[in-house]
Amino acid sequence: MIEVDNLTKKFGSKTAVDHLSFSVRKGEVLGFLGPNGAGKSTTMRMVTGFLPPTHGDARICGISVVDKPAEAKRRIGYLPESAPLYNEMTVTGFLRFAADVRGLSGNTKNDAVERAIETCFLQSVAYQSIDTLSKGYRHRTCLAQSLLHDPEVLILDEPTDGLDPNQKHEVRQLIRRLGQEKAILFSTHILEEVEAACSRAVIVDRGRIVVDGTPAELLEKSGTGSLTDLFRQVTTLDTAEDTTEDAA
Amino acid sequence: MNSVWTIFKRELSSYFSQPIAYAIIVVFIITSLGLTFSFGNFFEFGDASLRYSFFYWHPWILMFLAPALGMRMWSEELREGTVELLGTYPISMWSIIAGKYLAAIVVWTIAILLTFPIWITVNWLGEPDNIAIISGYLGSILVCCTFIAITMLVSAFTRDQVVCLIVSFLVCTGTVLIGFDDVTRVAQQVASPDVADAMTSIGVLSHHGSLHGGAVRIQDLVWFASIILASLLGTSAILSAKRA
Ligand SMILES: Nc1ncnc2c1ncn2[C@@H]1O[C@H](COP(=O)(O)OP(=O)(O)OP(=O)(O)O)[C@@H](O)[C@H]1O
Ligand SMILES: [Mg+2]
Repeated sequence: MIEVDNLTKKFGSKTAVDHLSFSVRKGEVLGFLGPNGAGKSTTMRMVTGFLPPTHGDARICGISVVDKPAEAKRRIGYLPESAPLYNEMTVTGFLRFAADVRGLSGNTKNDAVERAIETCFLQSVAYQSIDTLSKGYRHRTCLAQSLLHDPEVLILDEPTDGLDPNQKHEVRQLIRRLGQEKAILFSTHILEEVEAACSRAVIVDRGRIVVDGTPAELLEKSGTGSLTDLFRQVTTLDTAEDTTEDAA
Repeated sequence: MNSVWTIFKRELSSYFSQPIAYAIIVVFIITSLGLTFSFGNFFEFGDASLRYSFFYWHPWILMFLAPALGMRMWSEELREGTVELLGTYPISMWSIIAGKYLAAIVVWTIAILLTFPIWITVNWLGEPDNIAIISGYLGSILVCCTFIAITMLVSAFTRDQVVCLIVSFLVCTGTVLIGFDDVTRVAQQVASPDVADAMTSIGVLSHHGSLHGGAVRIQDLVWFASIILASLLGTSAILSAKRA
């Protein structure tokens, strides 16, 4: 359902994503790991059609994001890394706006908003102004926004960032559950989440995939049975450093 | 079309759920009426068409106030990152630009039309040329549309609202001053009358002037339309260039 084909993004001379290819099938949850600055968010921004790729393409349910952006975007639910929101709106107001943008109306819209509020446990703040929400609630509001239109593909950039342990658990369960009939790509820095929620994981470093496999395979590769060890073996410490070969 | 409406609704309610729209409307009404009754010498001239006492001042007020309302248009989206949401929704960049632009225009049209008591007053005091007054209102709204479009273009460049405010204020002031009599007179002495004429026709005052004089001329409408269109096209180009 998500097919990423030789995706490349250069910012000036710096290569943030370097000929990345992978695919996520329906019913699969792909964990996207990697150090800070590895290019996870940049990849997701290209797959969701926000950034145009320098090279390559991503296909959502067979539809190219580059050629038919609107068609592809309709099938994606996206949680950006910073969980951006319109601060002056209320939670419900914002979700109704997002539903409008998705072309939902009438009862379908009301039901979608209600369902998203329930799924993300937002009942207690439904009519609160967004600028008074705590960080975790903001994050969940933005997550709710991505679920409204029941998309076939979910792309979540650090969905558990800033959540309390209970909510982390709930969101992992949610990802697992939704992953049964959707294709989900989500990034995280919490390695336990790989075992808790993913059916497959890739580790990216400097814009390239360095490890790809099921959680069990990854554990086996590490030798020590610890994902942290594997992560430290395959990734570099400072990804922000400009590699000369890329600039050339 | 639906998505223009969706964006428009959100923008408009955002203006009115914050103090900004009310503040702008009140300040505009106070300054425009204040100038009419002080420097405009409304009573002495008995200027029933409102030409010099009222409409004359509008570009001078709007060059301050239009950027103040418009500065948030893209700067805030860029700063808060909500542009990333908009950019991944299945709606075109054009419908977002149109929705945002129309919402700001509606706020301004409300502000300008809320000065209607002065229209009632002149009708009560004398027998004004009401067609000229309507064309005067049209002129002020067009000036406002132009300044808002310029502000929108500037706001696409920066995530800093204050920078946007200052730069768009300078640009709008420039379009007013370049055609101002005192400035063109200097240009006539320093350069040539042709230069002065060119400056007058580039500036906003001559186009606004003919409208508040009661003449709706094609060339003025074309002038307003081309600046607005160029600014909106520029906005779209800047926003796409930012992502590349
Ligand atoms: N707009 C931009 N202009 C220039 N460089 C950028 C831009 N966006 C990202 N980068 C660079 O691209 C690289 C990848 O960034 P990205 O945000 O994708 O990393 P990430 O894997 O999501 O990291 P994190 O784990 O910290 O979220 C970084 O070195 C970053 O500085
Ligand atoms: Mg990131």
